[in-house]
Amino acid sequence: MLRAAATLGPRLGRRLLSAAATQAVPAPNQQPEIFYNKIFIDNEWHDAVSKKTFPTVNPATGEVICQVAEGDKALETLDNGKPYVISYLVDLDMVLKCLRYYAGWADKYHGKTIPIDGDFFSYTRHEPVGVCGQIIPWNFPLLMQAWKLGPALATGNVVVMKVAEQTPLTALYVANLIKEAGFPPGVVNIVPGFGPTAGAAVASHEDVDKVAFTGSTEIGRLIQVAAGSSNLKRVTLELGGKSPNIIMSDADMDWAVEQAHFALFFNQGQCCCAGSRTFVQEDVYNEFVERSVARAKSRVVGNPFDSKTEQGPQVDETQFKKILGYINSGKQEGAKLLCGGGPAADRGYYIQPTVFGDVQDGMTIAKEEIFGPVMQILKFKTIEEVVGRANNSNYGLAAAVFTKDLDKANYLSQALQAGTVWVNCYDVFGAQSPFGGYKMSGSGRELGEYGLQAYTEVKTVTVKIPQKNS
Amino acid sequence: MATTNGAVENGQPDKKPPALPRPIRNLEVKFAKIFINNEWHESKSGKKFATYNPSTLEKICDVEEGDKPDVDKAVEAAQAAFQRGSAWRQLDALSRGRLLHQLADLVERDRTILATLETMDTGKPFLHAFFIDLEGCIKTLRYFAGWADKIQGKTIPTDDNVVCFTRHEPIGVCGAITPWNFPLLMLVWKLAPALCCGNTVVLKPAEQTPLTALHLGSLIKEVGFPPGVVNIVPGFGPTVGAAISSHPQIHKIAFTGSTEVGKLVKEAASRSNLKRVTLELGGKNPCIVCADADLDLAVECAHQGVFFNQGQCCTAASRVFVEEQIYAEFVRRSVEYAKKRPVGDPFDVRTEQGPQIDQKQFDKILELIESGKREGAKLECGGSAMEDRGLFITPTVFSEVTDNMRIAKEEIFGPVQPILKFKNIEEVIKRANNTDYGLTAAVFTKNLDKALKLASALESGTVWINCYNAIYAQAPFGGFKMSGNGRELGEYALAEYTEVKTVTIKLSDKNP
Repeated sequence: MLRAAATLGPRLGRRLLSAAATQAVPAPNQQPEIFYNKIFIDNEWHDAVSKKTFPTVNPATGEVICQVAEGDKALETLDNGKPYVISYLVDLDMVLKCLRYYAGWADKYHGKTIPIDGDFFSYTRHEPVGVCGQIIPWNFPLLMQAWKLGPALATGNVVVMKVAEQTPLTALYVANLIKEAGFPPGVVNIVPGFGPTAGAAVASHEDVDKVAFTGSTEIGRLIQVAAGSSNLKRVTLELGGKSPNIIMSDADMDWAVEQAHFALFFNQGQCCCAGSRTFVQEDVYNEFVERSVARAKSRVVGNPFDSKTEQGPQVDETQFKKILGYINSGKQEGAKLLCGGGPAADRGYYIQPTVFGDVQDGMTIAKEEIFGPVMQILKFKTIEEVVGRANNSNYGLAAAVFTKDLDKANYLSQALQAGTVWVNCYDVFGAQSPFGGYKMSGSGRELGEYGLQAYTEVKTVTVKIPQKNS
Repeated sequence: MATTNGAVENGQPDKKPPALPRPIRNLEVKFAKIFINNEWHESKSGKKFATYNPSTLEKICDVEEGDKPDVDKAVEAAQAAFQRGSAWRQLDALSRGRLLHQLADLVERDRTILATLETMDTGKPFLHAFFIDLEGCIKTLRYFAGWADKIQGKTIPTDDNVVCFTRHEPIGVCGAITPWNFPLLMLVWKLAPALCCGNTVVLKPAEQTPLTALHLGSLIKEVGFPPGVVNIVPGFGPTVGAAISSHPQIHKIAFTGSTEVGKLVKEAASRSNLKRVTLELGGKNPCIVCADADLDLAVECAHQGVFFNQGQCCTAASRVFVEEQIYAEFVRRSVEYAKKRPVGDPFDVRTEQGPQIDQKQFDKILELIESGKREGAKLECGGSAMEDRGLFITPTVFSEVTDNMRIAKEEIFGPVQPILKFKNIEEVIKRANNTDYGLTAAVFTKNLDKALKLASALESGTVWINCYNAIYAQAPFGGFKMSGNGRELGEYALAEYTEVKTVTIKLSDKNP
């Protein structure tokens, strides 16, 4: 989300208002014409072999936008429900930066010449892996597409991408741009469809050399199993999280409250790295909870095309029901419901910003990924205790620390078992810095130079020479 | 080295490539002043100097002549732009890259103007300026644009309870002194990595050829680099060049030019403030043709290798060693090539060779040609000025050249090809390496072992096998021995424009 979102976060409402007011963000076309809703192969548009189509639904209204061929700018908001201003200023900004970043790597990912023993000349070639299957989610459709295409194409691979059935439209629009840009036919192919059909086909295909998946841990498991059972294709996974956000008693309180709010509620709570366990040191617990509740109550939920909106609907009915289910479990298991707790409107999939206090580690809402606007606040005493509790999870995607103390920041950033540790910030992303999970939050890293490794096959060439000289 | 200029449409090359570009007739020179802080200044002294067109010998225009006070002013501006908290220092690395890409866009937009200016100022064929010099500039700018946000330090596992990491910081104000043989290209080779790494610069283009550098200044301003990031002071070596080399607030200098002047630059750099120095100097580059080579390829590469750019390349193939079995045939074919080489008006699309850059070079080349004749080399063709045509010299080939002749030892920098004979590989390695120079070398052979052996044995910064002048933005370029210090291009160039800072943080031994 870059510094853009992190700065947007705490003053989200005000910044967005002024951005829209001064026309930094162009007005959305709320009824864009859908040009691209078929399957993109070899730079051409195809109907599904089965001729089947599936509907894609506008989550703000529950209505069908259009039918999309099922193969196994205004568009992203229509399809996903995220506020338009965010979609423009954050998602799109990051997409451009990611693509430009990887464009720069294309001719710089060097192999090496190596001083091997004996009369030999040895070097490595960094070759593309080959056909890369990429299965992307619905929470940041365009951005996740860019995160996958950038490194894959920079290193010379070809791609078969299955886009999420909930949000296929922007990816298909980009497909046409790929053709316009002049990529040779067959380099990027995009197949909209469902997991059990199209997704499974990609994961188990004998001629796909590598699969990259972003989505739930549950499905990630299936992907890895399919990869292993078929042709041992290389696998990278970006899965779920239950990321701890640790607020020390010496933290800047105003900043910590805003960031913690942003950490959980951004994108309707639908972030793999959402700060969904907010651990607050006991000295500042009460004040923190009070301020967080006030902030959650002031969060503006509404029509995503309205520039004042901070929170749109959840992506679909399945998620909507699942989140309400978790809220119920919270109530039943004895967490203290401090605000929200139910749907926010009669139409569409809107949920009230919800805050639970006095959450205990054993509760369902403290262990399972909710993926909705539900904040859990837990109390802790000591730094050693919170490290133990934060790490006590099969997840390990991200973590954050709010403190002014140099030693505490270093201690926690070393101790936390998470692929990204944010210190005095949250959700700061850059195309330059790698992102990925420890443990069951995933394997491998995306972004940065590290992101190239998964898309590279290293070949060592060793040539006999008459006499080696250093 | 020429590109095809074929457009690509949906992955397929355009079957009808566009027509050849044409130069701009009667081009008006708009930028002829000193460029400091994104503004155009007159010299403090009020002096100007003239820049000439070596084909017509006519003055193109007057240019403001900088001297030490102008350099001081430029350095002040560059320092201010480099202050902590400045717009340039605070800019995201990605944005620095973006600015370089946008500069490349403008160079592309003004490609014909720049190529025309370069031809007017240097006498090189317009099509070469357009397809080689300008192509190299655009690619180099884009290549380094991509590096900007990929310059990474490390976190390092040391002993003790500390956190240790490196920052790769810009050095600060960097000076660059560039030559007249590839004026814009040599400037971009320095400017691109310097800016990519976040430095600010003070540049002195060669007094013979200041015009394209100054036009670039206008593009830098148009793109929106913050004022003071790039400053350009045209003038002469003993004044502006010396001022830059010995300026106490310039922390790095890059020089491309002769070995003789390179030594002066390095001395001045050391004597003043030990500023970091990179040098790209002369060469007497061996081109080794083995008996099993593809003879046509070798002849053509050796020919272009020495005659390209009127022989005015640091990479010139100015000692062609040919294995004795194919020697006679090689000489015969090379002479045929040389006799056919079209010399003439650089704006004529048929021309391959224009005039030499100035009278001084012209005289030096003719003097060396005479020495070749005197010392007993066999003059196969050429050997003199083209009659009554200014600074043009006929393409000249000498055979039966031996190692101790001046034409085999000194850099000629003109259209003169000395061809020497060798018997075996060990002998030619010794002879090729028997020089204080070591910039490039070329090998023509089909044999794998010979190729790898020569590649390893030759004391040169670049070894070309079955090709010549294969220079790419991605691959480092520079000299062994007295051909230079340091490397330009490729990732290696970044090291020359970076200062590494190690940060070590002691962690508390107590529990926090």
